[in-house]
Amino acid sequence: MKITHDDNALGKFHSRLAVAGGFVLLCFVLLVLRFAWLQIIQYGYYQTRAEDNRISLVPITPSRGLIVDRNNLQLANNYSAYTLEITPAQIDHLERTIDDLATVIDIQPKDRKRFKKLLEESKNFESLPIRSRLTDEEVAKFVAQRYRFPGVDVKARLFRHYPKGAFASSTLGYIGRITDRDLDKIEAIDQEANYRGTDHFGKTGLEQHYEFELHGTTGFEQVEVDAGGRAVRTLARTAPVPGNNLTLTLDAELQSIAEQAFGDRKGALVAIEPSTGGVLALVSMPNYDPNLFVDGIDTQSWKVLNESADKPMVNRALNGAYPPGSTFKPFMALAALAYGKRTPHQTIFDPGFYTFGNHTFRDDKKGGHGTVDMYKSIVESCDTYYYMLANDLGIDNIARFMAEFGFGNFTGIDIEGESKGILPSTDWKRKRFKSPAQQKWYAGETISVGIGQGYNAYTPIQLAQAVATLAHNGTMFRPHLVKFITDSRTGVRKLIEPQPLKKIDLNPEHIEVIKQAMIGVNKEGTGARAFAGAEYVSAGKTGTAQVFSLKGADYKHHSIKQELRDHALFIAFAPANAPKIALAVLVENGGFGAQAAAPIARQIFDYYLLGKRPKAPAAVDEAAVERDDE
Amino acid sequence: MKRAFPLVVRAWWQRLISPLDLPLLGICGLLLLLAVGVMGSASPERIGSQLTNMALALVIMRVVAGLSPQRLASVAVPVYLVGIGLLIGVALFGDISKGARRWLNLGFMRVQPSEIMKIAMPLLLAWFFHQRTTRLRLVDFFIAALLLLVPVGLIMRQPDLGTALLVLAAGFYVIFFAGLSWKILAGMALTALAAAPVAWSFLHDYQRNRILTLLDPEKDPLGKGFHIIQSTIAIGSGGIFGKGWREGTQAQLEFIPEHHTDFIFAVFAEEFGLVGNVVLLTLYGMLIGRGFVIAAQATSLFGRLLAGSITMIFFTYAFVNIGMVSGLLPVVGVPLPLVSYGGTSLVTLFIGIGMLMSIHKSRMLVQK
Repeated sequence: MKITHDDNALGKFHSRLAVAGGFVLLCFVLLVLRFAWLQIIQYGYYQTRAEDNRISLVPITPSRGLIVDRNNLQLANNYSAYTLEITPAQIDHLERTIDDLATVIDIQPKDRKRFKKLLEESKNFESLPIRSRLTDEEVAKFVAQRYRFPGVDVKARLFRHYPKGAFASSTLGYIGRITDRDLDKIEAIDQEANYRGTDHFGKTGLEQHYEFELHGTTGFEQVEVDAGGRAVRTLARTAPVPGNNLTLTLDAELQSIAEQAFGDRKGALVAIEPSTGGVLALVSMPNYDPNLFVDGIDTQSWKVLNESADKPMVNRALNGAYPPGSTFKPFMALAALAYGKRTPHQTIFDPGFYTFGNHTFRDDKKGGHGTVDMYKSIVESCDTYYYMLANDLGIDNIARFMAEFGFGNFTGIDIEGESKGILPSTDWKRKRFKSPAQQKWYAGETISVGIGQGYNAYTPIQLAQAVATLAHNGTMFRPHLVKFITDSRTGVRKLIEPQPLKKIDLNPEHIEVIKQAMIGVNKEGTGARAFAGAEYVSAGKTGTAQVFSLKGADYKHHSIKQELRDHALFIAFAPANAPKIALAVLVENGGFGAQAAAPIARQIFDYYLLGKRPKAPAAVDEAAVERDDE
Repeated sequence: MKRAFPLVVRAWWQRLISPLDLPLLGICGLLLLLAVGVMGSASPERIGSQLTNMALALVIMRVVAGLSPQRLASVAVPVYLVGIGLLIGVALFGDISKGARRWLNLGFMRVQPSEIMKIAMPLLLAWFFHQRTTRLRLVDFFIAALLLLVPVGLIMRQPDLGTALLVLAAGFYVIFFAGLSWKILAGMALTALAAAPVAWSFLHDYQRNRILTLLDPEKDPLGKGFHIIQSTIAIGSGGIFGKGWREGTQAQLEFIPEHHTDFIFAVFAEEFGLVGNVVLLTLYGMLIGRGFVIAAQATSLFGRLLAGSITMIFFTYAFVNIGMVSGLLPVVGVPLPLVSYGGTSLVTLFIGIGMLMSIHKSRMLVQK
């Protein structure tokens, strides 16, 4: 090979080398500029992104606050159970993994459905339950096979539990899986971060009303994760703060006795401590087992509960609006005294009916009660007395007076969804109806309002609040179920102060007249059979609310279908001179108040005042009648 | 006798290092040290096998350095022809892996013929122009272009765009250094620009995606853009001084894909920061500078062209790899020269280094 020296060619090559060198330099400068941009100017941004990449916040769900009764008996607590959980980020073939799992542990189609739903809602890195409440045997079976299932694990989780089962269900309420509507509530108070990792939310009752007290503060674990989402190590941990505990005014034993007193009858009972407004028992029967809802109720049970003609899901104490019947009469009498329309000893003559215009209003007692003063009108429950009185008072005076006692308005109890009921007045009718003919109040309509029928419709809680207010001489409290909330961290009690809502301006002598008459009811009147031999003095009033109008025909309840029978009502308080308990009882389709409702009240008082436990549900006293002559 | 043994050793050592260019060897040594360090963070379990690769590559370098440029020139044509033959073989009987036909199974070993072309191409063209030294005409450049485009076309068909471009670049550098007039170069550049849309239509979907991803990686953060996003995060979060050796979270938690091969620069930049990057660029700059010196001092046209183009191949590898990892260039499969894990590219590169040394040694022989 010949080696040549060509100066011209060499010079040209050197200049080309220089160009190449320049190009190399230019490119390297470009790279350095790029580095400066990424590593100096954008450093903060990329630093953050790198941190976001590697650090994942894993929420630690706090344990939900307990609910205990006034004697510290647990009504809602949590228990730990094993769940089988899958971390989808760690699994390539989810369907196949679940199929394989199903060969080891029983996995139903509904479990798969629920898991799919959870998966759609979940964020990354979360483990999701495919099965909950594994038995010990199932746990052992899985653990032996665990090597086959990376990304699947058994975890101990806390579940809500209602130890007493079907008990005070509409009062305690229940929790269920968080829905979009619940999320709206959470977002409304900016609690999204605190609910990361929480699956459940209070749906009804106290669980709903005190959700944000019971929930607690979610803890967080800062976990370093790799690109595959696997946790490498824990960097920091903020412990969760358990939810606050609720201590109720409710007396669980009393509640139990009340629920059992109903037997298999439907109805409601509200017992209140008159001096505080604390609710001692809040019953709606039939009840149900709130434990069914905790982990998502199965469709079968839901169908049974929801479609039952007995409507167990309705809280009758707060949402059932019933005509008060004769239990309205003590308040009517008090209105008469307050408005000066009657004096205690002023008498009327009752021939057994009252004629207004060309319409005759009948008294239940054939031939009438004869000469009737205010005492007798309550003790014997004389209708004619109140037909006349209602006409004398006029509907708007009645409405104004009853409104003072809380009729037709929310009581403000700490459970949501309370009904207002209907307190009829000319104003109410104008708003209620559309056509001018219907909007007009007819004076004849006032007459039946006087005996608690007509348009009247009140909830048992309103009735109980009114009785408690009467018992406490006109001082009204907001009925409430929670006595105090205990801060889980500090142990500090946040008292629900029994602040009187108001003191109704009433003459104490007038109140005394009414109380004496109600004592008479239980001593010698319609409540006397139920309270025979009681070791305390009680005051009460029976009532019967018509479900079905017989248009003047005789009411014979045996001959009438169960669901068309009248509702039995009873209001009472005891001891009469210094009331510790006031209550309203309603037995749906129970017939006369004296037969069905008063015996329940007797069992409640016997237990609450004397500690006597009933041996059986309150018997229906077939012999007792609304009128003492039949 | 007492001193005979050391004398023998010394003589033997002298013979061993005599064909080596010590400055070049020193720079490569530093780069290899750096490579071992980065590998210790990116993939410690691979240090052993990479050290073996390095030893093999250094031996081959020494062998090549010991050959004369004339001997190199004499194998240019056979190597080229064997390379072309193998590429055709690949097209007909090659093994398909990851959707591309790149490997040829020769029964006793699997080879990637496109890798051979990276060295064979500049070797052949340098030889070719050397043959035409006396009267270089335009037609010679056309012949050179044809010799270049045959293997490039074959490699592009595999498809392996990255290697095809590297081979094209290697050949182009020879033509450029041979003195193709600026007018024609400009004309080629314009033609290339005009042909870009046509070329686009010939690209495979995954190749188009890579280019589109480069333009806006965030558009598809979990798919095609993931690699580039994660590597730029790694580089950017390294800051000026880096997170420290084995402290890079992007690297250690495996957010950086291919972190021991093509994306190893991201690991390095995350852990050693801007300072480390500048050191690395300086080492490459020194390597390239030494290559230019060797090219400038080469006594034959063959030596000049070969040295110049090999040097530019090093530059191209380094620039394309770093540019790709830091999000300036589309993702093509180009390793970071001397640092990325892998025996094939290391051997190829050290054959190049050996050639540079061979060319440099022949100059000294001429001067003597």
